[in-house]
Amino acid sequence: MSAVSREAIRVNGREEPLSAASVADFLAGRGIAPGALGVAVALNGAVVPRRRWSETPLQPGDSLEIVRPIQGG
Amino acid sequence: MSQTDILTIAGRSLGSRLFLGTAGYPNQQVMLDALEASGSELVTLAIRRISLDGYSESLVDVLARATAGRPGGPVGLLPNTAGCMTAKEAVLTAQLSREALDTPWIKLEVIGDRELLYPDVEELLRATEELVNDGFVVLPYCNDDPVTCRKLADLGAAAVMPLGAFIGSGMGIRNPHAIETICARSPVPVVLDAGIGTASDAALAMELGCSAVLLNTAVSKARDPVRMAAAMRDAVNAGRAAHLAGRMPMRAYAEPSSPQMGLIGS
Repeated sequence: MSAVSREAIRVNGREEPLSAASVADFLAGRGIAPGALGVAVALNGAVVPRRRWSETPLQPGDSLEIVRPIQGG
Repeated sequence: MSQTDILTIAGRSLGSRLFLGTAGYPNQQVMLDALEASGSELVTLAIRRISLDGYSESLVDVLARATAGRPGGPVGLLPNTAGCMTAKEAVLTAQLSREALDTPWIKLEVIGDRELLYPDVEELLRATEELVNDGFVVLPYCNDDPVTCRKLADLGAAAVMPLGAFIGSGMGIRNPHAIETICARSPVPVVLDAGIGTASDAALAMELGCSAVLLNTAVSKARDPVRMAAAMRDAVNAGRAAHLAGRMPMRAYAEPSSPQMGLIGS
């Protein structure tokens, strides 16, 4: 089923099956609510502001970066 | 320090001239206790890919809760672009940090060598220009080089943060004359960043004219981080006071402190 393998996105550098329609759907599936503080998302190298999470669709081949602040110097 | 000696960067007043990193402590409670002991009002954070395996409490929430009762409000956040090797990576990291933390402040780090963690000046200047134009308050970690510092200030950096020595080395300030020259000529505040190993290094930075000191490992890897954090607080205050007081001139020969007349037996 080559069609299945094409339906994939990269999330934080790892390829996985595309299973969500929007950025918000994807995050909700990982337990990250729209109000989650300290989380930011970039889609294909551009930041997706929180208010656009629900209206931003995910498509095969997309590259998603999801980041948060951690300890740093 | 005193009410009349407040550091201001990009319109924000900071009562403490010590900026503290949050990494590498034995545990989170020691980090919070060290933060309290340091008196710092600005802490650095890194931006990294989230673990999608489980959602844990955010460091930001922990910091906000721990410092909520402070008179000046919760501790300020200075996210960094540590690990970025190109202007492009650093700009995206800064934009993500602004979105995540709702702050335009960024400690801009663009390194050119993963072992030395030395700044890549070309990429640093490029990223500074881009981020300033995008509305960021840019505090670049840079070489102890007066020309680079001047260029960064001209591009609109809110402060410059020259290194005292390699990041995490604890080697102190390897070129005090360069730091002193940068401080004397800089149109923006100078923050000594990287290299501080112990309290005397922090005091020296302030005596040389730095507006503030940013350190992490010197506290987090001390045998007693909380005590070292307090020592750093005192050192920064003492160094700043000494700078303002103006040191005596150095002499090559002795100059008696006690009066020379009325000596017994004369």
